[in-house]
Order: sequence, then C-alpha cells, then structure tokens
Amino acid sequence: MAKLRQIAFYGKGGIGKSTTSQNTLAALADLGQKILIVGCDPKADSTRLILHAKAQDTILSLAAEAGSVEDLELEDVMKIGYKNIKCVESGGPEPGVGCAGRGVITSINFLEEEGAYDGIDYVSYDVLGDVVCGGFAMPIRENKAQEIYIVMSGEMMAMYAANNISKGILKYANSGGVRLGGLVCNERQTDKELELAESLAAKLGTTLIHFVPRDNVVQHAELRRMTVLEYAPDSKQAQEYRDLAQKIHNNAGNGTIPTPITMDELEDMLMEHGIMKPVDESIVGKTAAELAAEAAAA
Amino acid sequence: MSLTVEQVKERNQDLIKEVLEVYPDKTAKRRAKHLGTFEEGKPDCGVKSNVKSIPGVMTIRGCAYAGSKGVVWGPIKDMIHISHGPVGCGQYSWAARRNYYIGTTGVDSFVTMQFTSDFQEKDIVFGGDKKLEKIMDEIQVLFPLNKGISVQSECPIGLIGDDIEAVSKKKSKEYDGKTIVPVRCEGFRGVSQSLGHHIANDTIRDWIFDKGDKHPEFVGTPYDVAIIGDYNIGGDAWASRILLEEMGLRVIAQWSGDGSIAELENSPKAKLNVLHCYRSMNYISRHMEEKYGIPWVEYNFFGPSKIEASLREIASHFDDKIKEGAEKVIAKYRKMMDAVIEKYKPRLADKTVMLFVGGLRPRHVIGAYEDLGMNVVGTGYEFGHNDDYQRTTHYVKDGTLIYDDVTGYEFEKFVEKIQPDLVGSGIKEKYVFQKMGVPFRQMHSWDYSGPYHGYDGFAIFARDMDMAINNPVWGLTKAPWK
Repeated sequence: MAKLRQIAFYGKGGIGKSTTSQNTLAALADLGQKILIVGCDPKADSTRLILHAKAQDTILSLAAEAGSVEDLELEDVMKIGYKNIKCVESGGPEPGVGCAGRGVITSINFLEEEGAYDGIDYVSYDVLGDVVCGGFAMPIRENKAQEIYIVMSGEMMAMYAANNISKGILKYANSGGVRLGGLVCNERQTDKELELAESLAAKLGTTLIHFVPRDNVVQHAELRRMTVLEYAPDSKQAQEYRDLAQKIHNNAGNGTIPTPITMDELEDMLMEHGIMKPVDESIVGKTAAELAAEAAAA
Repeated sequence: MSLTVEQVKERNQDLIKEVLEVYPDKTAKRRAKHLGTFEEGKPDCGVKSNVKSIPGVMTIRGCAYAGSKGVVWGPIKDMIHISHGPVGCGQYSWAARRNYYIGTTGVDSFVTMQFTSDFQEKDIVFGGDKKLEKIMDEIQVLFPLNKGISVQSECPIGLIGDDIEAVSKKKSKEYDGKTIVPVRCEGFRGVSQSLGHHIANDTIRDWIFDKGDKHPEFVGTPYDVAIIGDYNIGGDAWASRILLEEMGLRVIAQWSGDGSIAELENSPKAKLNVLHCYRSMNYISRHMEEKYGIPWVEYNFFGPSKIEASLREIASHFDDKIKEGAEKVIAKYRKMMDAVIEKYKPRLADKTVMLFVGGLRPRHVIGAYEDLGMNVVGTGYEFGHNDDYQRTTHYVKDGTLIYDDVTGYEFEKFVEKIQPDLVGSGIKEKYVFQKMGVPFRQMHSWDYSGPYHGYDGFAIFARDMDMAINNPVWGLTKAPWK
C-alpha cells in the first residue's frame, strides 16, 4: 500500500476552497485513490458536494450531544459519498461563542485515535479562511498535512491571505515537515490574473500548480449539490479538475518551504503589474478639506 | 559572634552576589534588582517589585484567580462563588484559607464548599454560558438561602470570550435583582495574585456599591467602622473585632473574613474604614474615600506594641469617649501581655527570623517578634508593590536583607548562609527548611493555629514561635555517627 498522503487546502474565505477541493478530490477518487475529507470549518460545508447533503452531522455537535468526544464511535461521524470518499466534518460553535480552534484540535485527535486514517491513500483537510489561531494551524503541524495547497485568485485580498498562510506554513516547516505544495488560482477574471498568480508563486518560492478557469457549470453542479466530476463528467471543467488532481498526485515530495514576502514587497508587486497605483505619501492622513486648502494655496 | 550592621550589609552583598552567579547573565541582571539590603533613611527598600517572574525559576506567587476567589471574594460566607472553568482551580483551592465563619455550611454559608462549572472539551468549543446559566438555576434550587453568586473566571473564560456579564445580568433579573457578580480574574492576567485583588475590589464597587442602597432601614451611629482586609484566618478578625468593640466602636462590616454580602452593601455607611491588609483592599478603601468621603486608616494588630499604637491611631479619629475607651482596652490587656512576654521572652530573646509572605505580613508581624525580643533579619513580599516596600521602612532595621518575589533557590541559599533561628513562610517552603534543620512556621495559615491578631492572638503567636524554635527535635537532626 502506498504511503498515506495528507494534504490541506487553505485560502481566503469565499475563494472557492471547498468547491475546488471537492472537485479535485472527486477527480482523485476517479483515479482510484481512497480518500478521507476532514472539514475543519465551523460552517461544515466541506463535504456537501460529495455527500449531496446540506451539511453533515459534525464530530463536535455529536460529541456535545453524547456528552464528550470519547462517547463517539467512528461510524457515528463518518459518511460515505461519491466514489466511496469518506467524509467527516469537525464542526464547531455558532459564530461569536466558544473556541472553534480547540474544536479542530479535538476532532483531529479523535480521528487519529479512532483509526480513521487506516486504509486511506489521501487525507484532505479543508480549513477556514485564515490561520487565525493555533487550532486552525493544527492540520499543518507535525505529522499532519505534508503539503498545503493555497487556493487564491487575482484579487488583492486573496493574495494577502495567500502570503499570510505562507507565513503560517513557514513557522511549522522547520519544526514539522509541512511544505507548500503550490498555489491554485481559482479564476475571478480580474486583470492579468494568470500573470499575477505566477508572479506571486515565484515570490513565495513555489509554483502555480494549476489555473482553474471560471465556468458556470460549477455553479450548475453546486445547485444540485454535486461536483462537476459527477454532474458533468465530460465537460471541459471536469477535465480541468482532473488535470489538477493529476498534478497534485504527481507532486508528492515536491513541496517547498515558502518564502513569504513583506507587505511592501506585495504592494510593489501589485504596482509592477499595474493593479495598484503607487500611493502618494504626501496625501496620507489628510482630510478632503485640508487637501482642498492645499490645492487652493498652490 | 554577632556582626555589626556594616558587616551584615557586607555579608548580604556577598550573599546576593553569590546567589546571582548561578543564573544566566540576563536572569542575574533582572533578579539583581529584586534583592537588596535596607539602608536606614531610604524611602523604600531599594528593590524592584510587581513585575513578571522569570520563567525557569520557582516563584512562590499565585494568580489573579487566587487573588479574587481565594482572597477577596471566597470568604464572603453567604454567597456562592463559582470557580468557572475546568475543575482544577476550584479543586485545589477548595476549603479556602482557613477563613473561619459562623453559619451552617451548605445551608446559609458556603465558604468551605467548592462550586465549579467543571469545564469539559465541549464547553471550551461551544462556550460555557449556557452551562453557567444552568448552574445558577441549580444553585437557586439546591441552596435557596444563598444571598448572591459570584463568577470567578478561570483562564479559559477569557480565552474563548464567554459573556459572563450578560449571563449574570440575565439571571439577576430572573431572580428579582439577586446580586450576581461576574469577575474577570483569569489567571493569566497580571504578574501575580495582586491584580486579582484589584479586579475583585473593582467588582465590589461596580456590582455591589453601584446597585444602590439595599438596606435603607439601617440605623447608623457615630461610631460605625468597617474592618477592611482581615480574612479571619484562624479567627483573626474576631480577635480584632472585640478590641474595637470594647473601645466603644461598632463594627458594621468585616471584609471579608466571616463577612456577608449585607456587610459589603452597608460599608459605605461607615464613619471610618480600618484597613489591615493594605495590599489587597486599598483600592476599595480609596474608592469609598473618594465617593462616600469615608476616611481610612491602616492599623496593625500583631503584638502589643503595634496594637497599642493602632488602637490610639484609630481612636484619634473619634471623640474622647472612644479615646478613653482605647486607653481602657490597653490597660485591661497590659497585664496579660506582660505575662506572655515574661514567659516567652527569655526563651526567644535574640533569636533571628527570616520571613517571606504575601500581603501585609512581611512587615506587620515584625513588631510582634520584636515584642518577644526577636529580630527579623530578612523579609520579602510575594506580590508587593513599591508602596508596600515604602511602608516596610517603618518596620525593618538597618541592614535587613530584602528579597522581592524570591525564588526557591535564592531563599534556600539565603537561609543556608544566614542560619536564622526561624523561617516564616508558606506550605511550599516549610519542608525544605525543616529538612535543613531550621525551625519553621507557616505564616499564611498560621500553621493550622491562630488567631495571631489582637491580644488573644499574641498569646498564641508567642506560644507557637516558642514551640517551633525550642522544640527538642532540633537537637536530634544530626546523625550521632556523623
């Protein structure tokens, strides 16, 4: 049996992480890989396209009902979906209460102790927006995910987030073995998107592993709570995900230690590509009235 | 072989240097500021205080939760104090600090009971507010005679952002305005238990005083005082209270040993606040002075000399009736005190003592030792601030070794070199020194004895010190073949 590969998808909220990851994992399942998805987002929407479900019962909600996580069995929390993909959702509190980060830690420990990873080729962690606290960094610590794929786009905030996540990876790259597998650009049709994504990848010391074009078939599939691979396996978009899956499959051991850049460097890069205008330092912090007065005096 | 003051200062300097040598440079530099020798005439003891302890050393300090739950709030007997968070903090502070009280435990008094929300993983992940509500409901059913609730936050409460204020307000409304006090005394806040005292004082201000007068039927007298900062350890506050009453004053509140919520509520009606533990309750005393115009005076009820001075100081705030009362009290007990001193001084004279305690004791007990002819040669505070070290100058002699937030290693070395006849500190230190063959008394809990306050307390204090120092066991600590 091949060695278990553990990967994780990170990225700014709303960037299409869950969509991208589920489609890619469905394509990996098509390749005959045995897959476990671990959703690490309190929204618990990392497995809906695989399960055709709104949201599955989460480890933490079931644990809260049963009393504690020790009272749960693996089969209580694990659902089987498309092509025998195994799905679990960590879950977590409603927004504004408790500690979702601790929830991620609890869930992952539970899965490991219960042997959820036995007989699996791929474990994929789908992690919320930013690395906001230690709990959400759990999947990139020692003996967890070996490769991180950052889902991003040509939007500025998505690139900021990608850079921040790289910082998180760098922190654990030396103590553990985590590496940056590459960037996945989920096209938003912003200006010079491909060029920017490639440029950012180069700065971060990684590659743009795949550029996923925008296609409405993704939304059509999603409305039916399906992956494109299942809904329209012959579509061009399905092939894109297959390509991405193949690239990830071949990418084992090719991850790098990222070289995150400073805020200034990131802004310089955006300016280089004409995305951001250079800031006129002389107007920073001045009110409209002050500027008008200055203009009148000049 | 007694040393001159100059020789003592020189020895202290060498000793400090020797102790610092084992530390890494940075640690030595930081610790050096906390160790010194008192120089006569200086406004403080020349040491830095109230800063973070250094990782890697053994500090004797506690945390903010300890300061709030353990010290200030815990002894209020008719309230239920919930240790909110995982079980350990409440479990290991169970039964409190020997804060004696009158009442029926489990019916109308609750000091020695432990109430905890016993946080589990799910409470951390999903938040504990609902659990807290449930606990309050259960308290209402199981302990209907409770007069109020306080929520003592442990660390996780602050980390996960539970809204204990909202829960407290909601439940208070549900129970007809019952006093429910949320206390943000998470252990990670501040550098020691000291911040916990301050936080607890502030919550009394905000959640008790600011709720208005709950006892309009209260009839005041010109002689009403509140005892502030006496935790009634081994009955200390009782031994103090009788003296104030005998001199003609009326004690309307005890903070917080054997205290009740009604006493807290009525305190703003006092004519004078008499403050024993300045460190833990100066905050609320200052507040009552500013807001209600109540003056406060510090006093010291350890040993007859300080008691006499304190009784006169307190009386000076009142009319001649009270001043005469103070003199009568002093005269009444003088004979008893003379007898105590006559009995024990010959056995204890010239014995040396090293102290390391919290709150007020590193300075306040010095007078009691001196009444017995003993000398305190070293002292230090767990969590004192510079105003404590300023006050200490009125007590210590020139050349006294001062050690702030002493580390386990430093204290051991100091005692080893100075070889005092008695060490007074806490349970964690006790066996280290006893095994070194040095007599020891716990000066937090009075070693399960007490009271030590007041005239009654001094008799017990003298007996206990004699018992520790002149115990024949110390002659047997060396193996005969060595």
